[in-house]
Amino acid sequence: MIAPREEFKSWQSGVAGNGSGNGSGNGSSYGAVRSSEAKLVKKTDDSLGGDLLEVAMGPHHPSTHGVFRMDVVLDGETVVKLKPVFGYLHRNHEKIGETNSYLAAIPYTDRLDYICSMTNNWAYVHTVEKLTGLQPPERAEYIRVIVAELTRLVNHTCLIGFLVQDMGALGTPLMYAFRERENIIDLFESLSGSRMMFNYMRFGGLRCDLPPGWIEQAKRVVANYSRFLDDYEALLSGNEILLARSQGVGVLKKDLAISAGVTGPMLRASGVNYDLRKVDQYGIYNRFQFRIPLGEHGDVFDRYMIRVLEMREAVKILDQALAQIPEGPINDPKAKLRGLRPKPGEVYGRIESPKGELGFYLITDGSPNPYRFRIRPPSLINLTILEDMCLGQSVADAVIILGSVDIVLGEVDR
Amino acid sequence: MQSLEQIKVRIEQAVPGACVVIVANDALPTQSSLLLDHRHAVDVARFLRDDPELCFDYASNVTGVDRPESIIKEKVRVKKMVDGAECLIEEVSERKTRAYLEAVYHLYSMKLKHGPLIIRLQTENREEKTHLPSLTPVWRSCEFQEREAFDLFGILFDGHPDLRRILMWDGFKDFPMRKDYVDPDDYEYEPTPHDEVLERAKQHYKPEVQS
Amino acid sequence: MLGSGLIKGLAQTAKNFFGSYHDPARMVTVEYPEQKRVVPEASRTIPFLVYDGEDPELGLRCTACKICEVECPTQCIYIVKNTSKKPDHVGKMQFHPATFDIDISVCMGCGICAEVCPFDSIKMDQVFELSTADRFESLLLHKQQLAKPNSYFGKIHPTEAGEIDIRREQDKRKAEAKAKADAEAKARAAAEVQNAAANSAAPPPSPQTVTPA
Repeated sequence: MIAPREEFKSWQSGVAGNGSGNGSGNGSSYGAVRSSEAKLVKKTDDSLGGDLLEVAMGPHHPSTHGVFRMDVVLDGETVVKLKPVFGYLHRNHEKIGETNSYLAAIPYTDRLDYICSMTNNWAYVHTVEKLTGLQPPERAEYIRVIVAELTRLVNHTCLIGFLVQDMGALGTPLMYAFRERENIIDLFESLSGSRMMFNYMRFGGLRCDLPPGWIEQAKRVVANYSRFLDDYEALLSGNEILLARSQGVGVLKKDLAISAGVTGPMLRASGVNYDLRKVDQYGIYNRFQFRIPLGEHGDVFDRYMIRVLEMREAVKILDQALAQIPEGPINDPKAKLRGLRPKPGEVYGRIESPKGELGFYLITDGSPNPYRFRIRPPSLINLTILEDMCLGQSVADAVIILGSVDIVLGEVDR
Repeated sequence: MQSLEQIKVRIEQAVPGACVVIVANDALPTQSSLLLDHRHAVDVARFLRDDPELCFDYASNVTGVDRPESIIKEKVRVKKMVDGAECLIEEVSERKTRAYLEAVYHLYSMKLKHGPLIIRLQTENREEKTHLPSLTPVWRSCEFQEREAFDLFGILFDGHPDLRRILMWDGFKDFPMRKDYVDPDDYEYEPTPHDEVLERAKQHYKPEVQS
Repeated sequence: MLGSGLIKGLAQTAKNFFGSYHDPARMVTVEYPEQKRVVPEASRTIPFLVYDGEDPELGLRCTACKICEVECPTQCIYIVKNTSKKPDHVGKMQFHPATFDIDISVCMGCGICAEVCPFDSIKMDQVFELSTADRFESLLLHKQQLAKPNSYFGKIHPTEAGEIDIRREQDKRKAEAKAKADAEAKARAAAEVQNAAANSAAPPPSPQTVTPA
C-alpha cells in the first residue's frame, strides 16, 4: 500500500526538541565489505540469446546533473554493474589553491559546489580561523549562520526540484523551486554583490556588513518560505507517483553508510544521527533550538523527506537568528586582509554543508600560500556507494537514486 | 577521547610489533598525528575501528601529500677558539630532508562522536617505492579518495580493489599534484597580457595560426 | 484513497497557475531586453578604474602600485609602471600606469582587486551586457576602456562613493592645511634665521633697555 510515512508526521507539527534521535550507530562490526548483492542479480535468460548490455549514461545526459558518466551494465532493465566515471570538470582546484595566497583561494571555493557558495566560503575560512586563532565577532557569526541556513534552503529546494524532475514531473516543481530560490538569491545579491559566486566571508569576519533593510527583507522571505514549504509538500509529499517511485528504492543500510563515509542528509536518511551542527557545534549553532530529522529506511523517499524536514528546521533556525542578531563589528580587529602567513603546521576543519561534511585540510609552511590544500568533497564521497544502491534496481531507478545522492559536479571533480 | 599517547600505548599493546610514532603539529597541537608502519597499518586500522573505546568507524578525509627532497638551512651558534679567545660563530648547517609521499587519514567516530584521529603512512621514496597498504578494506570511504591520491600523487595502494585513475583520463602519464609537476605547454594561442604565457604558447603555435 | 495525493497536487498547480495572473509574488521574471532588472547597489561584474575630473589620463587615481595585480586570483591584471610621476589629489607625486590591462575573459569578478586597492582606484562595475563577436581583442580591456569618471562611480555605488569622496576631500584639506602650515613654518623659520643673522650682526640689546623700567 502506498502511503506517506507516519513517522514524519510529528515533525510537521513544529515541536521544538533537542535533536536527540533514534539512531547513533549500532556498534556492530560493520566491515568495509564490498557489496555482495551483485551476485543476487538474476542471470540472463539465455534461451533467447540475450546478452548483457553496456550503456554509457552520460557525460551529456540530462539525468546526471552535469558532466558525469555512469557506465552501466544492464540485464534487460536491471542494473548488474555500475561504474561512475568523473573528471570531466576537473581543473585541479587543489593545485590552484597551493599556488595562490590564502585570500585568493576564497573566490575559488565559490566554484566548488556552485549552488552553496556561502557554505563553501564558510568551510574554508573556518579552517583557516582554526589554524590562526582568529575569532569572528558576534554579529559576523550570526550573519554566517543566516546565510548558511538560507543556502541550505536553496540547495534542498533545488535538489527536490531536480529529483522529481528525474521521476518525470517535468518542469513544474523545479520551476516553483527556482522561483523561491530567486528570492534568496536576490537577498544574497544585495548582500555580496553577486548572485552565485559570493566571495563573501573573510578570515575572522565578513567582507561587508548587511545593507540597510536586509534583515526585514530576509524575515519576509523566511516567513514566505514556510508557506511555500506547505505548498510544496501538498504538491509532492502525498503524490502517489512519487511514493511509488521512491519508497523502497535505493536502500542504503546504516552500517554501509557509516563505513562508506556518507554524510549529510543521505546519512541521516539511513538513520545515523550525525550532524556536525550538533556534533562539532561550530560557529554559534549551540544557541539555536533545532532538531535533526532521521529516516529509518534509507531509501529515496526518506532522503526526500529528510530534506523537506531539514528545510523546516532551517526556517526555525533562521527565525531565531534573525530575531537575535546583534549590532556590532563584523571583523576580528586582529585580522588583516592581505599577507596572511600562518605558522607551519596543519589543520583539518569541517562544517555541515547542505550536501554533507565539507572539509578543508591545509598544510602550512610559513609561506604566503598553503603547502597542501585539500578539499574533502561530500558529493564525491557520497557517490562511493552509488553502485551498491543501484544494483538490482531498474535503470530508471538508477537515475533517481543518483538524483537523491545530490551531487554537484563542480565539487565532485574539483 | 583518549590522548594520543594513550592511543599509541593501546595500539602497541593490541597489535604486537606495531611501530607508532607521534608526529607533532605545532600550529594546532590537538591535531597531531600518528605515523604507522606499513606492515601493521591494516591491523592497527582494524583495531582503531573495532575497539569499543576508540571506535573510529568513519574515515572522513584521505589524501596524499608530496614531500620532495628539500634542503633546510639552520643557523647554529658554535663556540670556537679564534686566536686564543673564545667567541660565538654562526655556522649554517645544511640538512637534506628525505623525499617521500605521504597518505593522511582523518578518522572520526560517528558512534562516540569524537575525533579527529589523524594517521599517516609514508612511502620509502618518490620514484619507485611508492607502495602503501590500502585501508579501503577497513573503511569503504577510502575507496575513491585513495584512488584520487593514486591519480594525483602516484601513491600505489596495495590491496585496493579498484586502483585506477579517477579524475585524470586513463592515458595520462604524470601525477599533477606533485610539486615538481610541469604543466604542458599546449596552451591555445591567445593574446593574453601575460608575456610568459604568450611566449610559451607561441613556441607551440607557429605564426601561421595568427594569420 | 489512491489518487487523492495527485488531486491535491493538481489543486496546488492550479492555484499557482491562476495566481500567476494577479499575485506579484508568483510573477518573478522580467521581459529582459525590453524590461531591465534594477540591480542592487552592491552588485558587481568586472572592475574599472576611477578618474577624477575631466581628463582620464590626468585624473586617474591608480598609482601602479601593483597590489591588485599580485592579489588577483586569476592573474588577469597586467600593469606597467610609467617612468614619470604626476601629482595625486593631495599633491603628492605618484607613479601612474603606462599600461593597465584586464583580461575580462579570465576575470571572475570576485572583487578582490577593489577590496585591496589602497587608493580607491579600482572598483567594480555593474555592466553586464558584455558579449562580443571578437573573443580576443574586445575582451582585453585597456586603460582607455577601463577608465570611468568618478561621477559614474557615484551613480552606481552612491554610498561607497560618497564616503570615499568625503574622505578624499578631508585628505585634500588636511594636505592643504599642512602645506599652508609648512609654508608658514618655513617662512617663520626663514624670518627667524634672518632675525638671528641681523641680531648677531648687531650686538643684542641689554635686558635693561628691552624691559621697560
